[in-house]
Amino acid sequence: METQFLYTILILALPFCSFLFLGLFGHKLSHKVAGLIGTTSLGLVFLLSLYTAFEYFFGIGRNVQGIYQALVPYNTTWLPLGNLHFDMGILLDPIAVMMLIVISTVSFMVHIYSFGYMHGERGFQRYYAFLSLFTMSMLGLVVATNIFQMYLFWELVGVSSYLLIGFFYTEKPAIAASKKAFIVTRFADLFFLIGILIYGYYAQTFSFSFVETGSVREFASAAFMLPTALFLMFIGGAGKSAMFPLHIWLPDAMEGPTPVSALIHAATMVVAGVYQVARMFPLWIAYAPDTLHIVAWVGAFTAFYAAAVACAQSDIKRVLAFSTISQIAFMMVALGVCMPLPNGASPELIDHEFGIGYMASMFHLFTHAMFKATLFLCAGCLIHAVHSNEMSAMGGMRKYMPITHWTFLIACLAISGIPPFSGFFSKDEILEASFAYSPVMGWVMTGIAAMTAFYMFRLYYGIFWGTENKEHHAECHPHESPLAMTFPLLFLTAITLVAGFIPFGKIISADGLAYDFLAHFNWALGAKSCFIALISIGLATWIYKGEKQPIADKMQNAAPHLHRWAFKRFYLDEVYQFITHRIIFKYISATIAKFDRKYIDGFFNFLAWGTHELGFQIRGFQSGSIQKYAFIFFLGALALLLVMIL
Amino acid sequence: MIELNYILIVSAIMMFAGIFGFLTRRSTLAILLSIELMLNSADINFAVFNRMLYGQSGNTEGFFFTLFSIAITAAESAIAIAIMVNIYRLIKDTSVDKLTKMKW
Amino acid sequence: MNFLSIFVLIPLLMLLGLWLARDQKSIRGVMVAGSTCLLILSAVLTVLFLQERAAGNTAEMLFTASFDWITPLHIKYSVGVDGISVAMLLLSSVIVFTGTFVSWYMNKEYFLWFTLLSAGVYGFFISIDMFTMFMFYEVALIPMYLLIGVWGTGPKEYAAMKLTLMLMGGSAFLMCGIFGIFYGAGGQTMDILDIAHQQNGAHLIDIAQQHIWFPLTFAGFGVLGALFPFHTWSPDGHASAPTAVSMLHAGVLMKLGGYGCFRIAMFLMPQGAQDLGWIFLVLTGISVVYGAFSACVQTDLKYINAYSSVSHCGLVLFGILMVNQVAATGAVLQMLSHGLTTALFFALIGMIYGRTHTRDIREMSGLMRIMPFLSVCYVIAGLANLGLPGFSGFIAEMTIFVGSFANADTFHRVLTIAACTSIVVTAVYILRLVGKILYGVSTNEEHLKLDDAHWEERFAVICLIGTIAALGSAPWWVSNMIDSGVAPVVEHITAFAANTNLNPFM
Repeated sequence: METQFLYTILILALPFCSFLFLGLFGHKLSHKVAGLIGTTSLGLVFLLSLYTAFEYFFGIGRNVQGIYQALVPYNTTWLPLGNLHFDMGILLDPIAVMMLIVISTVSFMVHIYSFGYMHGERGFQRYYAFLSLFTMSMLGLVVATNIFQMYLFWELVGVSSYLLIGFFYTEKPAIAASKKAFIVTRFADLFFLIGILIYGYYAQTFSFSFVETGSVREFASAAFMLPTALFLMFIGGAGKSAMFPLHIWLPDAMEGPTPVSALIHAATMVVAGVYQVARMFPLWIAYAPDTLHIVAWVGAFTAFYAAAVACAQSDIKRVLAFSTISQIAFMMVALGVCMPLPNGASPELIDHEFGIGYMASMFHLFTHAMFKATLFLCAGCLIHAVHSNEMSAMGGMRKYMPITHWTFLIACLAISGIPPFSGFFSKDEILEASFAYSPVMGWVMTGIAAMTAFYMFRLYYGIFWGTENKEHHAECHPHESPLAMTFPLLFLTAITLVAGFIPFGKIISADGLAYDFLAHFNWALGAKSCFIALISIGLATWIYKGEKQPIADKMQNAAPHLHRWAFKRFYLDEVYQFITHRIIFKYISATIAKFDRKYIDGFFNFLAWGTHELGFQIRGFQSGSIQKYAFIFFLGALALLLVMIL
Repeated sequence: MIELNYILIVSAIMMFAGIFGFLTRRSTLAILLSIELMLNSADINFAVFNRMLYGQSGNTEGFFFTLFSIAITAAESAIAIAIMVNIYRLIKDTSVDKLTKMKW
Repeated sequence: MNFLSIFVLIPLLMLLGLWLARDQKSIRGVMVAGSTCLLILSAVLTVLFLQERAAGNTAEMLFTASFDWITPLHIKYSVGVDGISVAMLLLSSVIVFTGTFVSWYMNKEYFLWFTLLSAGVYGFFISIDMFTMFMFYEVALIPMYLLIGVWGTGPKEYAAMKLTLMLMGGSAFLMCGIFGIFYGAGGQTMDILDIAHQQNGAHLIDIAQQHIWFPLTFAGFGVLGALFPFHTWSPDGHASAPTAVSMLHAGVLMKLGGYGCFRIAMFLMPQGAQDLGWIFLVLTGISVVYGAFSACVQTDLKYINAYSSVSHCGLVLFGILMVNQVAATGAVLQMLSHGLTTALFFALIGMIYGRTHTRDIREMSGLMRIMPFLSVCYVIAGLANLGLPGFSGFIAEMTIFVGSFANADTFHRVLTIAACTSIVVTAVYILRLVGKILYGVSTNEEHLKLDDAHWEERFAVICLIGTIAALGSAPWWVSNMIDSGVAPVVEHITAFAANTNLNPFM
């Protein structure tokens, strides 16, 4: 039964082959052929993923009890590690299949889009090779059968992100940003790795579920160690998913080509952390429910922080980056607010009321991927048109780029949570879960949702309405993008329009059982959040729509420091800069290096010098003058004589 | 008959004069002379002790040894002087301080 | 004559051929033919070895042979291989083979010494008699002095002298240790297996004696394995050595250290290893972190790589000192991985230096546009070095970490976590380097005229990258092979319980 999914290996193999082929021979191909190879292989992956999803959700995914089961079509021991082993395989369960759809859709769209966006760029073939590499690693990550395989692909997506951010490698900011992204996430991965080591030791397996053997590894200490392991893994996830305070790499990562930002830094890679927590979710609920609170509050703070910063940015990609951070934090919160059953009757089965956050998180992941990719691709069209990221270079763009305008508007409405767009449904589920967790959390999240609507519409008005930069526009003649770029926009927008009506609860829920979400839908809460979002949008309209923006200027003048702080992202980058350059490089590394040269090496040089000096001193005795030798001989003879006489 | 002590004192003076000369003189010729002095003082001791200890028994190894030593000394002086002549031809000097050509 | 001896015989024949060779063409012919033979031979050996193992031959050493050599002193010429030595022989062959292509324009005398060095390396890995092993060890070390002193760059006399003197200092410790083991075990045999299993007149070495000879032997080999604080020859030595010599030295010679530590110091003195291993464990822990941090602020390409080697070789000793089968397997994997990666790095650095005539990273930038092939390979080498999955470094490091984490006490755990931090610091210095010299725009007019790699350089680099990638993507067979060699040694050591009173950290 499971072998019928064996073809899913192709989903990984196709992009890998296209990566190898383009990487090795790409420079011999023309741009068009290289792009076509990459896009075709991704198209096939897209179709295969759709087929898999169809087969899984409507075919054999459910077992007789009506629970979606985890299928393992392929698994093999890759590296034996004593009594543990490092496996490679494919695991299909609802969230994995859902992620396959998300990744292949967005990636396919980005491949098409890049035809237009990257047209004529140097290194076009390399770009497609890296895109294939990234897609392969991300797909491998989501279908991982065990935590170690996940880590392996986790590192691979990290490196492909590094290569793609640094795609324009002759530009200084791109180099710095790629380095920063890789090192920050690598730092977080260190904790992930330690978490895996702890987990592997106590659970005696790397797979996502384990049998409690009790006797083997003194489970009493495991009761402490498992939450620790999960928390360390969460730090790893927080690095990839840009949770505070490890978020600093994501805004800088916007130096990469815009389609890359859409694919990696909005839709897929950055949600890997959320996916990881979701993947380990049964363990979190069963063994570390208390630690989940940390996840929730870290998420809530990140969501707030990022939303606050997004309100003050002027670079459109940065606004979107902070918006991404904020939205991912929403997903984290949704996972964090899940609670185990209060009576603890059966820890494996999570009651729907308590597990709603899990479903909401995955739902939001799906819808967010679509509308945020749309937003980024729109931003790409705009940047393509005006050759600048700054809002000041735009304004009034609605006249020039109608398709971009409408798709951007729909995506904005979706992210703000206005029905009937997809974001409304998923965000509403998150709010409901938050209110169930605690009213404080619920109101905090509602407030942040309102901020989201505000800054998104600030951005929208800033780009498409507001003050037009006529001089700049006269120079660069903004115009609508070619079909290769508008088609993905329309396609993703179409998904955004209908995604909200997918009965998500039926296919993904914390315990695999179908969850009828319309029956549970909290209409009062939905109306409330919708109303608040509309107020925010109205506020943004009032402040930012006009040609002149007296209120905005007044606000900025009223609290210049606050604005400056938010604009500078509360100076966190400077703090990191200080820690890395001033403390680690200057004090730790340089000191060690100096110590090595001066003292350790000095010691050995001293030994050599000492030997040399000693030799030099002793050399005096070997003067070669017979008379001196004779004198010493004579003295020696006398001394011997004396000894003998006495 | 002269007492043993007088002869030994003479030979001791010769010996120390030889050592002193050997250690302090810079001329190779003088050093050679000093060596001769030392050897001769030893020869005297040989002869004297032989006579004092074994004079009656006709045992004459000491005398033989003295003669043997004199012969060797003569040969050695001949070689040494030959070397010195050669050195003098090379460096126009016989002082040991100047003989550093072979030294590392 | 056992066929393992061909490993030594071929270099000797190559020496003869080189001596007879009269022009550059025939020198290259001899070198390429010889090193290809060695490569094929080690591949054949690997296949034969795996076949024997698959056929159920569980003997500790396969293809053994022994001949009396100096009978009154009980010295024999004994050879034999297990999984570890097969892996090491394979590594040596790959490095000698690629090293030949990297030193394409060198003269006859250079190749003579180069070949002599490889003869020593092969002899070391096939010997199972302590004395012959030591002899081959010295044969491998001495040519280094001339290779660096004559064909090196920069302050080469100083570097050659320093390297040789420090390694000779290590040999002095080692010789004391070896004679200590010989007499401690009864003075009847020099054979490693005999001493370990107390056969043929050998008896168990007294514990008090083990406590003396173990540190001496371990430190003696540790000098070559760049153990902190005996690592300082490495930066200077590597910086001055010619390219292929750096490759061979970092790639293979430094492995002699780790191999010897495992095979002689720990295997023959299990109680000493259990009781006093912690001292060296702390030192290797320092090596790992210290080397990585030092590499962050260096400005010379070779210095960066040398310190990186200190860090990674530290991990080798770290793994074996964990006295744990998985960690020790990881350590041997790390030997392979580090050998190949560092050789690749040194080869590339040599090629870049040969063009730009500087190794100072502040004087280079934008090389990606100028020499794309070398730069791309450099990025790949860097990523392999920082442990990217798909390359050998990842599997080696993961095996070591998983293995060492199984030592469930605070002392070992803290050290393991400290060692884990090196993966972050490695990323820092590698990316700093790549960003500085490869990316950006070249500011030096002279550099714009430089050419990319020649065919022989491309060939060598591609061979190395291919091996690293093959090892990294299909690790199970080599891991199993090494595991079969490591298992008896680790079992032998763990049969003795550690005296924890001697360890203040426990």
